[in-house]
Amino acid sequence: MEILSLLSDGFAASLSPFNLMIVLIGVTAGLFIGAMPGLGSVNGVAIVLPLTFVVPPSTAIILLAAIYYGAMYGGAVSSVLLGIPGASTAVATTFDGRPMAQQGKAGLALIAAAVASFVGGTISVVLFALFAVPLADLALAFGPAEEFALVLLAFTTFVGLGGDDILKTIIMICLGLVLSTVGLDLISGQPRLIFGDLPGFYSGISFLVLAIGVYGVGEVLHTIESSKSAPLVTPAKLTFRELGAGLREMNRLWKTMSFGSFLGFFVGMLPAAGATPASLMAYGLAKTTSKSPETFGKGNIEGVAAPETANNAASTGSLLPMLTLGIPGSPTTALLLGGMVMWGLMPGPMLFIEQPDFVWGLISSLYTANFAAVAINLALIPLFVWALRMPFTVLCALVLVLCIVGGFAPSQKLHDVWLIAGFGVAGYLLRKASYPLAPLVLALVLGPLMESSFRQTLIAEQGNVLAFFERPLSATFMGFAILFFLLPHLKRVRWRARKSGVAPAE
Amino acid sequence: MIHSMTRRAFAAAGAAALAASVGLAPAQAEDWAPNKPIEMVIMAGQGGGADRLARLFQSIIQKQNLAAMPVLPVNKGGGSGAEALRYMSDNAGESHKIMATLNSYYTTPLRTDIGVDIEEFTPIARMALDTFVLWVNADSEIQTLDDWVAAVRAAGGEWKMGGTGTGQEDSLVTAMLEDTFGIEITYVPFKGGGDVAKNLVGGHIDSTVNNPSEQMGFYQAGKSRPIVAFTPDRLAAFPDTPTATELGHEIVYWMQRSFVGPKDMPAEAVAYYTAMFEALSQSEEWQTYTQEKALMADFLTGDDLQAYFLEERAKHAQILELMGEGSS
Repeated sequence: MEILSLLSDGFAASLSPFNLMIVLIGVTAGLFIGAMPGLGSVNGVAIVLPLTFVVPPSTAIILLAAIYYGAMYGGAVSSVLLGIPGASTAVATTFDGRPMAQQGKAGLALIAAAVASFVGGTISVVLFALFAVPLADLALAFGPAEEFALVLLAFTTFVGLGGDDILKTIIMICLGLVLSTVGLDLISGQPRLIFGDLPGFYSGISFLVLAIGVYGVGEVLHTIESSKSAPLVTPAKLTFRELGAGLREMNRLWKTMSFGSFLGFFVGMLPAAGATPASLMAYGLAKTTSKSPETFGKGNIEGVAAPETANNAASTGSLLPMLTLGIPGSPTTALLLGGMVMWGLMPGPMLFIEQPDFVWGLISSLYTANFAAVAINLALIPLFVWALRMPFTVLCALVLVLCIVGGFAPSQKLHDVWLIAGFGVAGYLLRKASYPLAPLVLALVLGPLMESSFRQTLIAEQGNVLAFFERPLSATFMGFAILFFLLPHLKRVRWRARKSGVAPAE
Repeated sequence: MIHSMTRRAFAAAGAAALAASVGLAPAQAEDWAPNKPIEMVIMAGQGGGADRLARLFQSIIQKQNLAAMPVLPVNKGGGSGAEALRYMSDNAGESHKIMATLNSYYTTPLRTDIGVDIEEFTPIARMALDTFVLWVNADSEIQTLDDWVAAVRAAGGEWKMGGTGTGQEDSLVTAMLEDTFGIEITYVPFKGGGDVAKNLVGGHIDSTVNNPSEQMGFYQAGKSRPIVAFTPDRLAAFPDTPTATELGHEIVYWMQRSFVGPKDMPAEAVAYYTAMFEALSQSEEWQTYTQEKALMADFLTGDDLQAYFLEERAKHAQILELMGEGSS
C-alpha cells in the first residue's frame, strides 16, 4: 500500500506542467541523439547531467529518464532507415528492419519498433516496481561462470537459429572474437595485436567503428554497385491509414513482444550482460518459436518487434543493479550513478529502504517518459520516412558523411576513420561472398566479456573446465546453449527422416 | 559573454566532432579557461573507488561551477590502466584532458613496457590518500585476522581473493599478506572495485581488499564484514575494526587519488586546474565525503607532488621486485 502511495506521489510530480515540458524536450532531444550513428544515450546523458544540478532532483531524474528512453527509441531509427545500428543494442533491429525499409515498408518498421519499445518499457517498469528488491539477489548470484555461460548462450542462439550457412556464421564469430582481443589484455595488461606499435590499437577496436564500417560504408558500396544504372529510390510513404494498419498489425505480435520484454528485463538486469545480448536472444527466440522462421531476415515485422521490446526492457532492467547494488551495468547508468552521488543519494542495498521516494519517483518518471517517447516517436515517423525519399545520389553521400563524423566524434582519432574505410571494403567483400555480418559485430561486442569471465572462472577454479557445469545457474545456461547449437541438426535429421517416408512416431 | 555562450552551446550540440576545430583557437596566456569540454580520463573501470570518486569530483565541479566547461568522465581501465596511460602519453600538449590516477600510475608502467614514462606527465593535484580494508562475506564464520589466516591455510592455495588486476594495489596488499603469514592465495582479477565487491557479496570469491567506499553500501546493508584495516590508526568509519599494525603485523598501504595532465600541458592550463582542484578540496561536499568514506584528504600540488610520485614509484618498484613482478 505504501508503495502505491509513493508511486502516485511520483506520478503527480512527473505530471506537473513544468516536468511534462521537460519530458517532451528530453525525449525529443534523446530521440535525435539516439538516431545519429555515433551518438547514443551516453552522450545525451553526459551533456545534460550538468543541467540537473540547477533543477530540483525530481525534475533532474525525469529529464535523465526522458533522454535515456528517447535515445533507446532513436537507436532503431538509423537501424531501419540506413541499416547502420546507432548502438550495439540496435544491431538485431537491422536484420529485418533494413529489408523492410528496402521493400518500402520503412514506416511500418518504425511503427513496429516504437510500439515494441513501448511494450518492452511498460512491462519492464512494472516488473521493476514489483520485484526490484528480490531480484537484486538474483543479480548477485551471477558470477563469472554464469556470465560466460550467458554469453555463450547468446552466441549459440545465433549459430543454431541463424539459418544461414552455419560454417560461415562460425567463421564470422571467430573473426569477431579475434578483433575483440586487439588492445590491452584485461588480466595481464600486455598489448595484443597492435600491429607493431600503432598507438590507435591500444584502446582496442570499438563496436561503433566496426558497425559503421561494415554496415554503413559497406552498404553504400553495395548499393552503388547493385543500382549503378538506375538509381533506385526506396518508395517510402506513410499515410494515416497505414499508421492505423500498422498499429493493428502490432496487435498480432503480443506473444513475441511479451516474451521479448521478460527476456530483455532479466538479461538486462544481470550486471555485465545488458541490452545487446538481450535483443539478440529475443530475436533468436522469436525466430525459433515462429511458424515461418524462413521469413526472418527478409523483412518480417516480428524480427523488428522482438529485439526492440527486449532492448528497451533491458535498459530498464540495467537500472536495477545500479540502484540496488551500486554497480552500473552500462556507461549510461554509470553517469546516472555519478549524478545520484551528487544529489546526496547512496546507490546500494540501502537505497530502497532509506530513499523510497527517490526510487518510486524514478519509476514513475520512467513510465511518463515511456509514454512521451512513444507518442513523439510515432508523430515523427513521417519525417524520418520522408528522409528516405531523397534521391539516392544525395542519400549516399549523406550516409558516408554521417559514417565519418559518427566514427570520428567519439574518439577524435583519424585512426578510427581509416579503420572504418578498411572495414567498409572488407564488409562489402564479405557481403558479396554472402557471409553474415551480424555475428562478426556481435562477437566484437561480447568477446571481451566472454574472455574475461572465462579466464576469471578458470583462475578461481584452479583450471577446472567442468566448473561451468557444476553450478546450477551456469549449468542451465550451458545446457540451453548446447541445445540451441544442436537444434538445427536435429531439425535436419527429422526432416530427412520424414522425407524418406519413414514417418516418425510422434 | 555572448561569445563564450555560443561557443559553449556549439561544443555541446556538435559534441566532440566540432570540438577539435574549436580547440585550435589560440589559448590566451592570461586568464586561460577551457573552451571545450574537459575530458577526465579514469584509469579504472566503472563502479570502483576511482570511478566513483572521479564522478563525485565531476559533480562537485559542475555544481559549484568550478570550471567554465563541462567535465566528461571517460573510463579507460583496460590493462590495469595501461589504456589510460597510453592515451595520455599520445596526447602530449593537450590542455583539455586530465587523468584521475591510482597507484597503478606507478605499477603498470613498471610491470609492462607500454612506452610510457610517468615523469613526463604534468602533475596537477593530489586530492586524498585512500585506505584499504580486508573484507569477507557477512555469512562467513571469519571474525578476526587469525580466523582468516587459518581459513586460508586450510584452503591449501585455493582461497579466492578478488581484486582489480595483478600488479594493482589490492594485489600488492595480497602479496604482503601472503609474505607476512606464509600463505598461498589464488588471486582473481576483475574489471573494477565495484565488480569485486559484488562478487564477494554474491559468494563467488572468499575475500577482498577493497577501499571502504567500494564496500560501504554492502557493509551498511549487513552483507560484508571488515576484518582488518591497513592503516596506521583505526578508521573512524569502522571503530571496531583493528589495524594490522596493532595486531603486530607491519602492513600499511595507501592509495593516492591525484590528477595529472599530459606531457607539456601549457602552464596556464596547469594553473587553471590547480586552482580548480584547490577550490574543490575546500568544498563542503568533499569534506563530508572524505569523512563518510574513510579517506584522508591530503592536498598536494606542483613539484612536491612530482617528488612524491617519484618516491612512490621507487617504493613500488621494490615491492614488485619482491613479488617477482618487475618488467626487466
